[in-house]
Amino acid sequence: MAGVAGMGRPAVGLRALLLLVMCAAGAQGLYFHIGETEKRCFIEEIPDETMVIGNYRTQMWDKQKEVFLPSTPGLGMHVEVKDPDGKVVLSRQYGSEGRFTFTSHTPGEHQICLHSNSTRMALFAGGKLRVHLDIQVGEHANNYPEIAAKDKLTELQLRARQLLDQVEQIQKEQDYQRYREERFRLTSESTNQRVLWWSIAQTVILILTGIWQMRHLKSFFEAKKLV
Amino acid sequence: MPRPGSAQRWVAAAGRWGCWLLALLLVLLVTGPGCASEITFELPDNAKQCFYEDIAQGTKCTLEFQVITGGHYDVDCRLEDPDGKVLYKEMKKQYDSFTFTASKNGTYKFCFSNEFSTFTHKTVYFDFQVGEDPPLFPSENRVSALTQMESACVSIHEALKSVIDYQTHFRLREAQGRSRAEDLNTRVAYWSVGEALILLVVSIGQVFLLKSFFSDKRTTTTRVGS
Repeated sequence: MAGVAGMGRPAVGLRALLLLVMCAAGAQGLYFHIGETEKRCFIEEIPDETMVIGNYRTQMWDKQKEVFLPSTPGLGMHVEVKDPDGKVVLSRQYGSEGRFTFTSHTPGEHQICLHSNSTRMALFAGGKLRVHLDIQVGEHANNYPEIAAKDKLTELQLRARQLLDQVEQIQKEQDYQRYREERFRLTSESTNQRVLWWSIAQTVILILTGIWQMRHLKSFFEAKKLV
Repeated sequence: MPRPGSAQRWVAAAGRWGCWLLALLLVLLVTGPGCASEITFELPDNAKQCFYEDIAQGTKCTLEFQVITGGHYDVDCRLEDPDGKVLYKEMKKQYDSFTFTASKNGTYKFCFSNEFSTFTHKTVYFDFQVGEDPPLFPSENRVSALTQMESACVSIHEALKSVIDYQTHFRLREAQGRSRAEDLNTRVAYWSVGEALILLVVSIGQVFLLKSFFSDKRTTTTRVGS
């Protein structure tokens, strides 16, 4: 009897705690708001042969209930990824919750753009979307428990594998750094050359126009019999 | 009888504690491992962009941001807790790092604002780290101590993480320098061509203007003469 009465109160607290757990599990980290037709772009500067995995989840704002709906079927997001040369690497439509992956083949700034494809949602003017986004690059994209299960690695082997991946990422980044530094140096040297040539050309033009002016005016004044 | 009553109470108490312990374990498993979000985005002029994250109480979080391109490479940043209290506010900062411990559960919001700028849009990088990294092994028997090899691996992992972090900041600084250099290069090109043209136009114009002064005087003198 005492036990039954005692079980009442913790059960309520337990429910609240479980609710918190579910909320925490549902939240996928960082989120932001975008308008329905708005396009939001993110930049990832990565070396080549690097895998990028993005996870997103969208929620629609319900104006009547003044709350974000937990999930809206039929709401899609268009994901477009451009490589540093402007070429489109990935351009696909996903559902309201999706995961996109791409591997870079050229080092540089890749642009990931997201916009919702909701044309029917345009009926709800001024609607906004909550987008949960998580982008993992390179070594962070690896799922170690999965790798351990697939390759049947012991804990020490898995840790060694993680360290190897990290070091490989550092190496790739260093190579990319060398390539970038070379570009920077070429730009600086080009500026140096341009300034040098420009100053010489300016001086030459100045002297030539000065000479031309004097000669032209001298012949003009001689013709007008003023000199 | 007293014994079955006390046994019943013991069972009830054990059941209560067991439920709480399980719930606590669930909470720790789900909200304990944190996440890190590293995002680079473009902030147009006169714009403000906000990001939100749900954080549990007691989690140690770090917000680091750096402006990569645009204008004077500065941005306004503001971090608020769930009640709207401002935890961090800096105007026109180029780079900063702020660590705080979440004092309450809820949605924390941080905003970057470029409203003071009229025509330069900025590229901003930020790294928001919440809690610790998820453990490599989501196993139940993590109560055993790490062997020497494993702890060596852990310390190498931490050192490599800081190497990657420094590398990222170095890459951002280099991107900043490179964008300045490329700007300078194009500006020098346009300016030198423009300056040469102006010089030619002005010198030729001067000569013709001068000639026109003397031509007018000539006609007036001849008219007066006749």
